[in-house]
Amino acid sequence: MDKIQNNKAWFLVLPVLVLVAFSAVIPLMTVVNYSVQDTFGNNVFFWEGLTWFQDVLTSRQVHSALGRQLMFSGIILAIQIPLGILIALCMPKRGVWASVCLVLMALPLLIPWNVVGTIWQILGRTDIGALGYTLNSLGINWNYSRNPVHAWIIVVTMDVWHWTSLVALLAYAGLQSIPQAYYQAAKIDQASRWKVFRYIELPKMQGVLLIAILLRFMDSFMIYTEPFVVTGGGPGTATSFLSIDLVKMALGQFDLGPAAAFSIMYFLVILLVSWVFYTVMTNLDKAEGR
Amino acid sequence: MAQITLDNLAHSYLPNPRGEEDYALKQLDHVWGDGEAYALLGASGCGKSTLLNIISGLLVPSRGRILFGDRDVTREDTVARNIAQVFQFPVVYDTMSVGDNLAFPLRNRGMDPAYIAARVQKIASMIGMEEMLKRKARGLTADAKQKISLGRGMVREDVNAILFDEPLTVIDPHMKWELRTQLKALHNEFGHTMIYVTHDQTEALTFADKVVVMHDGRVVQLGTPEELFDTPEHTFVGYFIGSPGMNLIEAEVSGNTAHCAGHAIPLGGSYKPLKGRVQIGIRPEFVALASGDEGLPVTIRRVEDVGRHQILRAEFAGKPVNAILPEGMSVPADSNRLKFRPERISVYVDDWRVTPLHAVSNPQREAV
Repeated sequence: MDKIQNNKAWFLVLPVLVLVAFSAVIPLMTVVNYSVQDTFGNNVFFWEGLTWFQDVLTSRQVHSALGRQLMFSGIILAIQIPLGILIALCMPKRGVWASVCLVLMALPLLIPWNVVGTIWQILGRTDIGALGYTLNSLGINWNYSRNPVHAWIIVVTMDVWHWTSLVALLAYAGLQSIPQAYYQAAKIDQASRWKVFRYIELPKMQGVLLIAILLRFMDSFMIYTEPFVVTGGGPGTATSFLSIDLVKMALGQFDLGPAAAFSIMYFLVILLVSWVFYTVMTNLDKAEGR
Repeated sequence: MAQITLDNLAHSYLPNPRGEEDYALKQLDHVWGDGEAYALLGASGCGKSTLLNIISGLLVPSRGRILFGDRDVTREDTVARNIAQVFQFPVVYDTMSVGDNLAFPLRNRGMDPAYIAARVQKIASMIGMEEMLKRKARGLTADAKQKISLGRGMVREDVNAILFDEPLTVIDPHMKWELRTQLKALHNEFGHTMIYVTHDQTEALTFADKVVVMHDGRVVQLGTPEELFDTPEHTFVGYFIGSPGMNLIEAEVSGNTAHCAGHAIPLGGSYKPLKGRVQIGIRPEFVALASGDEGLPVTIRRVEDVGRHQILRAEFAGKPVNAILPEGMSVPADSNRLKFRPERISVYVDDWRVTPLHAVSNPQREAV
């Protein structure tokens, strides 16, 4: 069959181009636009170059927010990944209970972010919240709106409750794909439970765990809604993560220039970390195969 | 090492088996000698893997007992039974090196490191992987991985038995032959009891001292390759073993003559009156061309030259009959008769072999 050459066919791509332009490129360019200019309203702009970027990079407020953000991501990864694997290992492999577990595990994932925030905000209150009230009556002076440690505990617990399921489900899928012969062989080789985990289950789960870590890192690094609803970033700035700071800067103080520069760098950092992480992991994989 | 006794053994995958047909493995009573090499031969789904898993302890039988020597191990797990098993598809520990893979079963039993190192070297040289001991097992080809699995199965010297579940399925044909030879050599050297599951008759017949032929959850015959060839106890053994398999022809038998569609065929012995579905079976090796009025009239379809001999494909009363003719023998265009060697004809009633009243030249065994 002869291939028909007709460059008008390119017009068929046009709808997608328009869509992508409106959904991604144009908003992003607006941000780029703001990040290098200043305005006093009336649509009059002054060229500022990289001033906003310098401001953000040297801002102590941003530095401490970044520190808190890294700590938060680190803590929730350190809890959620091992906990998710543990849950996956304990889940039944087949039968009715396997389905029941899967549905139960999936439930938290289906709840909208701000609802999760509201749930925990109320749960943690000492007057009407079951958790706060119980802790208080146990003699613990619980107050997450005053005590930074308590604020951290509730934000971390909330995220663990919301997202450990995702890790568990991914790990479970990884475990289910291991052929039965591996377990039988391990039994015949008289491997202990730990060795079965270390040499069969963990290597076979590596792929899905990589995805789980990546997803959880990106998501937690961008977290906004839940801490905003629960603590509003407080007490003080104790739970002000990057996105909370960013929104304060952009909408609270209306510093559009610095906020735009901040956004771009935020985006680049996530992109960079994810890329580095992914490359390192896949290269490790290849190196081992050699 | 021990003799393996299967006592009144049966297994069903259903929790409450009702009739005979619910059993994947029907009643078995066998004693398997210590240090012998057995092949479990049968088509897919005949219950051979079930039997193997029961012996290795991965499956607990619904009924009956297994004894290693005098010890009842029916309820004991794989670890207590001290058995090695190699599976159909390669199982290697990806993140370990080849050497660590081979050493794994020994390390798990807390053996002396010097002994382990020596043992790993020995096995590695046997499977031809000495050069690769330091390499990670991940990314190796399927047959290299299967060689590691085989090596891991053989690394322990004190096992009661080594079980192989169609281990050469994924291996290259030339490598298959080599590995089988090595397994055989290993068997001769160490005298482990080996049980080798396969659906490939060549593999079974070359590897084993005794072949256990299974069909539909039942052991239909346990014997040496010669016995399986000379006196198949069941029609399944007849046509499953041999290439092509035994010719089976519906017949009526009276005394020492079989009547097939009105033609008389002399038999090597005489039989009492038989009830049920009667067939006579003759291996193609003992069928020859006949001339004149001799033998059975057939329609010859074609002659296949397979090198060392020729296979003549013919038809009698609508059913195929095959004959093996010597290499280079020419088949006259007008040939239309085949004759059978009377003493090589077996008579089957409802698929089981019947012993003639007067024994003939071949060793005959009790019909089941």
